[in-house]
Amino acid sequence: MTTRKIAVVSAGLSRPSSTRLLADHLAEATVARLAEQGVDAEVHTVELRDHAHDITNNLLTGFPSPALADVIETVTTADGLIAVTPVFTTSYSGLFKSFIDVIDPKALTDQPVLIGATGGTERHSLALDYAMRPLFSYLHAVVVPTSVYAASSDWGSGADAASGSLADRVGRAAGELASLVKDSERSGLVRDPFALDPSFSPVPR
Amino acid sequence: MQFGIFTVGDVTPDPTTGRTPTEYERIKAILTIAQKAEEVGLDVFALGEHHNPPFVPSSPTTMLGYVAAKTERIVLSTSTTLITTNDPVKIAEDFAMLQHVADGRVDVMMGRGNTGPVYPWFGKDIRQGIPLAIENYALLHRLWREDFVDWEGQFRTPLQGFQSTPRPLDGVPPFVWHGSIRSPEIAEQAAYYGDGFFANNIFWPKEHFQKLIGFYRQRFEHYGHGSADQAIVGLGGQVFMRKNSQDAIDEFRPYFDVAPVYGHGPSLEDFTAQTPLTVGSPQEVIDRYAAMRDHFGDYQRQLFLMDHAGLPLKTVLEQLDLLGEEVVPVLRKELAVNRPAHVPDAPTHASLKAAAATETTSVAS
Repeated sequence: MTTRKIAVVSAGLSRPSSTRLLADHLAEATVARLAEQGVDAEVHTVELRDHAHDITNNLLTGFPSPALADVIETVTTADGLIAVTPVFTTSYSGLFKSFIDVIDPKALTDQPVLIGATGGTERHSLALDYAMRPLFSYLHAVVVPTSVYAASSDWGSGADAASGSLADRVGRAAGELASLVKDSERSGLVRDPFALDPSFSPVPR
Repeated sequence: MQFGIFTVGDVTPDPTTGRTPTEYERIKAILTIAQKAEEVGLDVFALGEHHNPPFVPSSPTTMLGYVAAKTERIVLSTSTTLITTNDPVKIAEDFAMLQHVADGRVDVMMGRGNTGPVYPWFGKDIRQGIPLAIENYALLHRLWREDFVDWEGQFRTPLQGFQSTPRPLDGVPPFVWHGSIRSPEIAEQAAYYGDGFFANNIFWPKEHFQKLIGFYRQRFEHYGHGSADQAIVGLGGQVFMRKNSQDAIDEFRPYFDVAPVYGHGPSLEDFTAQTPLTVGSPQEVIDRYAAMRDHFGDYQRQLFLMDHAGLPLKTVLEQLDLLGEEVVPVLRKELAVNRPAHVPDAPTHASLKAAAATETTSVAS
């Protein structure tokens, strides 16, 4: 069976970053779930911080630098995407949204996506459902039902009755993503940037 | 192989002095630059069309008509003429008129225009950009080739027995280029008609345009106009030169750093590495542009953007001296080496007229 490709995008700004930590947990759990089903996966992790200047330049010039073009290619052709952002002022970070804005809006269609977010307090956890999820819905991605929010306190607390521990939530979300990634053929697709719509004619019909 | 310049006609403050030229000064500067282009031995002058500040050329054939009267040899073209928001009837008439005024030294480049509000200002919808380009050009194509046209389409008032006037000079319509930055539909349209395809090339990496031009060449062959390497390709370019490379960089950097389009973005170094912008000595420009055909195949027209971002007229004229005296003569020689005999030159009024005469003769015999 061919190896599945998982792209991980972490929009954390600090180093080390809890956003990256959550992203790594989600990726490891997803790979483990796939392995249980006999599916190999390789993970490509992107720290948007490393590309912050290129993302801004792309917004200004309309084209990506070669390094950013590679990142966009990696993300858009993966069998699954794990997208994790810190919550800044009620929503995904500006850097995260800027990255999404330089991707062709059609490029994530049908892509299995697991969304995650980090924040200082539990009070921002709904940002995943009122900001991240609609963003990917608009892009026609397939967002798994479980999204994972990690507040600072989650890194040192056990399970609660309603949602389980952070590890429980990570495991559940990873299982959901793994089941979609397993059957994905996205990374093997040959893309034709010049495929004309079948209805197109160079003369009026 | 044709070499020339194209201008977007922006009115931009000179960042080194803070002074913004008046519209009058800028328009006169563009007219001076066009005449200088002929004087230094260039083949083509192309003028943009815009309907929003900070751009001035809203009426390209007026300006090109003036240039026609003041020049003898240079081909007058556009970069681009808005096929979406202009009435194709008026384009047919304006450019046929310019042909007569300029003794045939005219071709035209169609473009869609990417300024959203211009569409509604002219009663159109930008989401219909491609269908407008397809339908309007189909009508324009007929108006130049059929004496009386009956027409009904989606976007314009129907025509019954309409004759656009004047008829094209010698019955030969102006050669048409289609410019596009990213739409394969426009490359397909150019290929369908056997028209030229122009890749602006200057604001994006060449890899993107290599693919787009490769696609156009394939489709040109598909539609039976010749082999892929006979398709008519034009490229944009952008240079700033001084005898010493470092002087060019030092002088151009303040203009680059705040230029419309890419200002406040990538560094000059990154942008010159990633796009065809070349800032340095004439020899560096020669080396960069002599290599273009390795990426795009032997091509027909190279246009340079020389007069934007607030560069003063005096500087632009010096740049044209360097381009005409030191760069283009060398490029002409280098690009002629090993150019296959079956690769055509860009069509001109004279070549199209001769081709039409041959066709008539062969039909008659």
